Amino acid sequence: MSFSSKEISHEFSKNKIGLVGIAILGTLFVLSAIAVVTIPIESFKEWDDPAGWLTFPKSALPAWVNYFLSEKMPEHIILQNPQVLSQNVGEIFLTTHIFAVDYNYDKFPSDFIYEYTAKYSGSPLLQIWVVRPDGKELKLISTSLPQSKIETSYHGFIFSTDNSMIKNLRKNHDNLMFPIESLLAQDIVFSKTDVNKVLNGYYSFKVSLYNVKSKPSLELSKFILGGKVYGLMGTDELRRNLTVGLLWGTPLALFIGITVAIGSVVIGLIYGVFAGYKGKKTDESLMRFNDVIYAMPALPLLIILAVTIGNSIFLIVGFLVLFGWVGIAKVSRSMALQIKTLQYVEASKMMGQKDSKIIFKHILPQLLPYAFASIAISVPAAITTEAGLSFLGLGDPTFPTWGQILHDANTYGAAARGLWWWILPPGIMIAVTGLAFVFIGHAMDVIVNPRLKR
Amino acid sequence: MATLLLTIALVGSNMDAILKQSVALEIRQQVTDNKHLVASFKNPQDLDAFVENQIKQRIDALGLDKPWYYPPRLGLSMYKILTLDFGHAKFLTSDTGSSDVKDIVLEKMPRTILLFTTATLIISLIGIFLGALSGSKINSKLDKITSTFAVISSSFPVWWIGMLMIFVFAFVYQIFPARATPLIPVTEPGYLGALLYHMTLPLITLVLIGFGSWAYLVRNFIVGIMQEDFVVAKRAAGISEKKIIYTHALKNAAPPIVTVLALSLSGSLGGAIITEAVFDWPGMGRLYYEAITVLDLPVIIGETYVLTAFFLVSIFLADILYGYFDPRVRKG
Repeated sequence: MSFSSKEISHEFSKNKIGLVGIAILGTLFVLSAIAVVTIPIESFKEWDDPAGWLTFPKSALPAWVNYFLSEKMPEHIILQNPQVLSQNVGEIFLTTHIFAVDYNYDKFPSDFIYEYTAKYSGSPLLQIWVVRPDGKELKLISTSLPQSKIETSYHGFIFSTDNSMIKNLRKNHDNLMFPIESLLAQDIVFSKTDVNKVLNGYYSFKVSLYNVKSKPSLELSKFILGGKVYGLMGTDELRRNLTVGLLWGTPLALFIGITVAIGSVVIGLIYGVFAGYKGKKTDESLMRFNDVIYAMPALPLLIILAVTIGNSIFLIVGFLVLFGWVGIAKVSRSMALQIKTLQYVEASKMMGQKDSKIIFKHILPQLLPYAFASIAISVPAAITTEAGLSFLGLGDPTFPTWGQILHDANTYGAAARGLWWWILPPGIMIAVTGLAFVFIGHAMDVIVNPRLKR
Repeated sequence: MATLLLTIALVGSNMDAILKQSVALEIRQQVTDNKHLVASFKNPQDLDAFVENQIKQRIDALGLDKPWYYPPRLGLSMYKILTLDFGHAKFLTSDTGSSDVKDIVLEKMPRTILLFTTATLIISLIGIFLGALSGSKINSKLDKITSTFAVISSSFPVWWIGMLMIFVFAFVYQIFPARATPLIPVTEPGYLGALLYHMTLPLITLVLIGFGSWAYLVRNFIVGIMQEDFVVAKRAAGISEKKIIYTHALKNAAPPIVTVLALSLSGSLGGAIITEAVFDWPGMGRLYYEAITVLDLPVIIGETYVLTAFFLVSIFLADILYGYFDPRVRKG
C-alpha cells in the first residue's frame, strides 16, 4: 500500500503512456503560458463584444489551407496608408484617399469594409470609386455624413453589404455578360466582364470627401478587403479570431479541470476517511448522505444550479465539486476501514492521540497515491462536463471556453454548413487535454494497483 | 423520497426567487400595458408604490411569502409532484397543443426511450461480445485496439462527435438530415418511418462513442475472472476455451455488467440533454434544454422529477438484479 515518491517516479518513468500524458500536459501548459503572455486578458474579455471584431473577416478558413488548395483563397488585407490628395475649387474642398492593391487570388474576397474617422464641419459628401485593372471605373457609394455646425469628428463604417452600393453596381449591368441579380458587391467589383471569375491585377479604391467652406480630413482611414482565410485557426461567423479563443481556452480548461479534481478529491478523501475511521453511527449517517447525493442526476441539477444561482466560472467549479466527491468518498471510506485495523493506528489510538491527528498523520498519507490517481482521472470528466454546460449556453460569458466556442458554432449551424475549422479544433483540444490526464491517471493506476499490470 | 425532498430543497429557494421575479415582471408588464392605469398616477413614485403593492399581493396569494420549507407549502408541492401533477407550462406546448406538463413529458418520453434504449442495447451487445473476445486474448492485437479505442472514444464529448457526424453525413455526403426532427406532422402515416430515418445519425453517434468503453469494461471483468481457480480447473478438465468464456466467465461477469447496464440506461437519459440539443431530436432532453432557455419552471421541475425517478428506479433495479445474479450479496 505504501510507496516512496522515488519508487513512484521510477515506476512512472518506465511507463510510456504516462510519459506521453506528461508530454501533452507540458505542451498544454506552454500553450497557456503563451496565451497569458501574448494575449492580454482585457482583449480576451471582449470576446463576446461583436463591435471589437468588426475589422476581422467573417467565417474565414485557417490561412494554412492555401497550401492544400489548387485555387488560392484571398487573405485578409488591411490597407492603411493611402495616397492622400487634396484640392479646392472655390469654396469646395476635396480630400481624396487612394488605396491600391494587387489582387492576386482565385476567389472573391468575402466582403470589403471602409472604416474612417472624418473631421469636418457642415455636411460633407463621401464617395467611393473603384478603378479596376481593365481601366473601368465603378461608383460604389455616395453618402453624406451627418450634419454638424461645429467642427466634429465622426467615426463610421461602410460595408460592402450596403444596399445603395449594390444598387449602384447593378446599374452597371450592361457592362457584364452574366446575370448579376443575386451577386454580392464584391462578386461584381472583382469580376471579369465576360464570366463571373476573379479579375486579377491592380485595383485602386478612391475615397473622396467633398465639403463646402471648410476643409475636411480623414483622421483614420482603413480599407479592409475581407479575406477567406485568416490566421492560424480562422475566424467564426461573428468575425472572432479563433486562435485567440482556442489559446485562451487552454488555461481555462486546465484551471477548471484541475481545481475541480483537486477540490472533489480532497473533500471526498477527508469525508470518506472520517466516516470510515469513526465508524458506527457517524459512518452510517455520513454514508446515507453520500448515497443521497449519489442518487441525484448530476447534469439536470447542474443545469438548474447554473441557471438559478449563477454561471460565473468559480460557481461552476463549485457545482462540479459538489457532485464530484461522492465516488471518491466511497472508495476512501472502504480503504480507511482497512487501514484503521492496522496495528500502528490502534497503537496511536491507545497512546491517546487525537482523532484528527490520526486521520491526517496516519491514515491520509497512506491514501495519497490513490488520491493522485483519482485526481488525474477526474480531470477529464470535469473538463467535459464544463464544456457540456457551456455548450448548452450556461457557461460564464466573460470567460469563453472551448465549450462555448462550440456552443456558438452550434447556434450558427456550423456543422450543417461545413465550417469545420470552427468545430474541429475546440473538440480536439478538449479530447487531447482529457487524454493527457487519462494517460497520467492510467500510469498512476498501474503503480497503485499492481494487479492491473498484466 | 429523500432524494426528491433534497431536490426540491436544492431547487426550491431558487425556484421561489425566480417565481417572485417572474411575478414582479408580469405585474409590471400588466400595469405598463394598461395606459389608463398609468395615466391615473401623477408621479412615478406613486406608480412604483402601486406596482410594489400589487406584486406583494400576488406573492401572498401564491403563498410565495412563506419560504419554500414552510411545511404546508412543501407538503403541497411534494404531493403535487408525487401525483404527477406538474401544473401547466408557461410557454412550451406539446405537439398536439396541450400545455399540461404531464402531456408534454409523456409525449416526448417514448422518443427519448426509443433512441437511447436502442443505442444502449446495441452498445452493450457489441461491447459484451468485443469485450469477451479481447478479454480472452489479452495483449493480442484486438485487445490493444479495443483498449486504445475505449480510451480515445471516451475522452471525446458525445455531442462534439455528434457535430462532426452532422458535418460528415449531412454536409459532405448528404445522406442524413442535419436536424433530427421529422418535418412531417405527427399525425401523418409516414411519421414513424421518417422518425426512424432521422434517428439513424444520432444512433450511429451514440453507438460509436459508447461501445468502446463498454468493451473495455467487460474485458476487465473477464480478465479478472479468467484468473480465478474455477476457470483454471475447467481448463484442466478440457473444456474448450470458447465455452469457458461465453458460458462460465460471462455468467460470472453478469452482475457487474447488469448493474452498469441499468445505470448507463438511466445515465444516458440525463446525458440526452446535450445530445438531443445537438441533433434536435424531439425528446425529453431537448424539451429540458428548451425549458431552460425560456425558463419554463413547471416543465423544468417536472422533468427533473421524472429524470430523478428514472435514475432511482434503475439504481434500485440494478441492486435487485445484482442480488439475483450474485447470490452472495443477498446475505449481508
